[in-house]
Amino acid sequence: MRLRRLSVILVLLGLVALMVAHVTAATFPERAVTYLMCFDPGGESDITARLQQPYLEEALGQKVVITYKVGGGGAVGWSELVRSKPDGYLFAGCNLPHTIVQPMQRGDAGYTTDQLKRIYCFESTPCALVVRVDSPFKTLEDLLDYARKNPGAVTLGGSGSWSANHLGVIELERAAGVTLTYIPFTGSGTATPALLGGHVTGLMTYTTMAAQQRENFRILAVAAEKRSAVFPDVPTFRELGYDIVEGAYRGVSAPPGTPDEIVKILADAFDKVNRNPEFIKKMTDLAFDLEYMGPEEYTRFVEERTAYYRELLKDMDITQ
Amino acid sequence: MSSALSGIASILTPTTLLLMLGGTVMGLIAGALPGISATMAVALLVPFTFSMPPLQGLALLGAIYMSAIYGGSFSAILINTPGTPSSIGTTFDGYPMAKQGRGWEAIIVATVGSVIGGIFGVIALAFLAPPLAKVALKFGPPEYFWVAVFGLTIIATLCSKSLVKGIMGGLLGLLIGTVGIAPIGGDVRFTFGMPALQGGVELVGTMIGLFCLPEVLAMILEGSDKRYERMDIGRRQGILWEVTKKVLAQPQNLLRSSIIGTVVGIIPGAGGSIANLVSYNEAMRASKHPEKFGTGLIDGVIATETANNATVGGGLIPLLTLGVPGTPVDAVIYAGLLIHGLQPGARLFTHFGDITYGFIFSIFVATVMMLPVGLLLGNALHKLVSQLSVRILAPSIMFLSIIGSYAIRNNIMDVWVMLACGTLGFLLKILKVDPAPVVLGLVLGPLAEQGFVQGLLIGRAQGIGYGIFFTRPVSILLIVMTVVSLVWPFVSAWSRKRREKGAGANA
Repeated sequence: MRLRRLSVILVLLGLVALMVAHVTAATFPERAVTYLMCFDPGGESDITARLQQPYLEEALGQKVVITYKVGGGGAVGWSELVRSKPDGYLFAGCNLPHTIVQPMQRGDAGYTTDQLKRIYCFESTPCALVVRVDSPFKTLEDLLDYARKNPGAVTLGGSGSWSANHLGVIELERAAGVTLTYIPFTGSGTATPALLGGHVTGLMTYTTMAAQQRENFRILAVAAEKRSAVFPDVPTFRELGYDIVEGAYRGVSAPPGTPDEIVKILADAFDKVNRNPEFIKKMTDLAFDLEYMGPEEYTRFVEERTAYYRELLKDMDITQ
Repeated sequence: MSSALSGIASILTPTTLLLMLGGTVMGLIAGALPGISATMAVALLVPFTFSMPPLQGLALLGAIYMSAIYGGSFSAILINTPGTPSSIGTTFDGYPMAKQGRGWEAIIVATVGSVIGGIFGVIALAFLAPPLAKVALKFGPPEYFWVAVFGLTIIATLCSKSLVKGIMGGLLGLLIGTVGIAPIGGDVRFTFGMPALQGGVELVGTMIGLFCLPEVLAMILEGSDKRYERMDIGRRQGILWEVTKKVLAQPQNLLRSSIIGTVVGIIPGAGGSIANLVSYNEAMRASKHPEKFGTGLIDGVIATETANNATVGGGLIPLLTLGVPGTPVDAVIYAGLLIHGLQPGARLFTHFGDITYGFIFSIFVATVMMLPVGLLLGNALHKLVSQLSVRILAPSIMFLSIIGSYAIRNNIMDVWVMLACGTLGFLLKILKVDPAPVVLGLVLGPLAEQGFVQGLLIGRAQGIGYGIFFTRPVSILLIVMTVVSLVWPFVSAWSRKRREKGAGANA
């Protein structure tokens, strides 16, 4: 008798819990959400998040708190994310190719690529090959000709090891059949003075940095599918006969196991922000390319890129 | 010129001045709290400036930046913990002063030094920015390597009593600095399977552990309520002017430290953490009584606090003229500029002259503001810390240490690292090993490594290999400075001995 009453109560409680859970999903978010930044304040990811913040608060109807967990090229924050509660109240800025290449190269990066539940990918910064404005290299072909005659003598700085910049240089070497020397710096910010001071031949940097330094840099080519709106006169690598599309793609991800309904609510909010004319203007002024990838498309894109990088890095003896 | 004047005029409005006053107070508190660095304080405030007119927002950020660097001296002097990495050297003489009951005197010295250094940096920024920015670009990877090596030679000066212990400390710091993802190549090093260690060992947590915790433990072990000798000098009438006169009586020290701070600020990537130590080293070398450094000499406090505030103006030089941040805080201000649609570079001075010159002027005003605000706040803090019983003070500092080392990166691993460093620091204290070289190794190790690997890669590409480190003019200058700095302590000790002998013979 007591057992039966107990089980009735349990079933009722279970039903209530289910309803609550359902209601939670329907009214998410009920309190402030946390937007985790895995890179230093002041960088591209941070600038994007800061510009999104007010519009995102409007779209979600809740406060958006930006916190930082920086280190290991983003890995410290991402390994924290995949161990967090999958309720949608914590999501993190996630970058490609970082979240693909780090687990490949480090063995244990503290997270795996498919643990990150992709929400939305909102912007990208294609790689751009730049030299100083007074450089003798007027075109990409000038630089490559010199590199063909002097293998390894061309030094190209960039941000980080196994980053989009680094991979862009590797891809250019393969596509053009040349040997270049890649010099990794700790960020696009620290690589810039190395070129301004003439310590390296050129930089494989991002279009955003190229735009900031357009008075001092000559942009030889952009590694995007189509010409950048900010530099309509600069050809893409593809136009010049080198099939390179490389850059950093920035989006947000949630912990594994986050319910799809909640992911959709967040994705819709980010989509709304991305279509706000005021936000678009601010982003394009800074030379960001806007992307509009929802959860499925973003996940598919990650899978495609994973296969591509595995192939690219296969014979480089770095994958674990 | 007219645009510069209109910029200056728009700073001198009640709203802006009030905002800057608020920023100065906030910066001071953030700086004094170990764990909230100047970078974090500015980053936290950036979003609030979006809704403000650009100049007002920048004036607020500038005020916070300047006063946070200065605020770090309070905790360095009162509880032997640099509030920001820019005040590491301030603990060397500031804390002994506080222990002798001269804490208030040390705070006045730090205040006057900070204001003078800050103003020097701003003047350099206002009048010499374009030519000085060219200096920044002379520094490539090989030069960074030599800057770091030169920085490490400070150990020879700091630890002239026991060089072996100093070198041991420095090596330990270098070793700790290798934990995490290699800056070049991306290899995983010494993480012991813990993902959180991929980010490396945080400087601030290590500093709190090494400097602060041993003092707290010593405090508890002594168990005495009289931690500071209460000397009447601390509260005498007219002490303010008396100490200021003592500071102003060292014009060479002030000038040298200001120049060092400005130049180190200009070199991208260095900043206050290096400037204050270099400045301390040079002050000691120039002094007639270097052996008294570390015993509570105002010369040391003047050197570090003048230099670190001079980095503020210096660091803004490459930022505003080239779009290259000179210090980590400048990177955050850079983002603030970009979001306001202000593109650093020559156009900033021509097209947006009112904002740019207004901003520079606002930093000048903020520096002057620090004088009264800092003295008021410093006085209150000094009274509080010197009158609290150990029973309250020790747990409070412990509490702040834990919160602070967590807050810097929201990483619980940093708290464990802090506690481990605290234990290490206590052991080092018993063994009479100075913790400063450990911190120096930790600060300079990554800089040396990056400079070395990048330099070698470039050298190989140019076909000269290691030759690149010995053939560039600035590198050669830095090598000479390194050698001089290494040899000097021995020469000085030798000549002192000779002098003493001579004096003995005459008598």
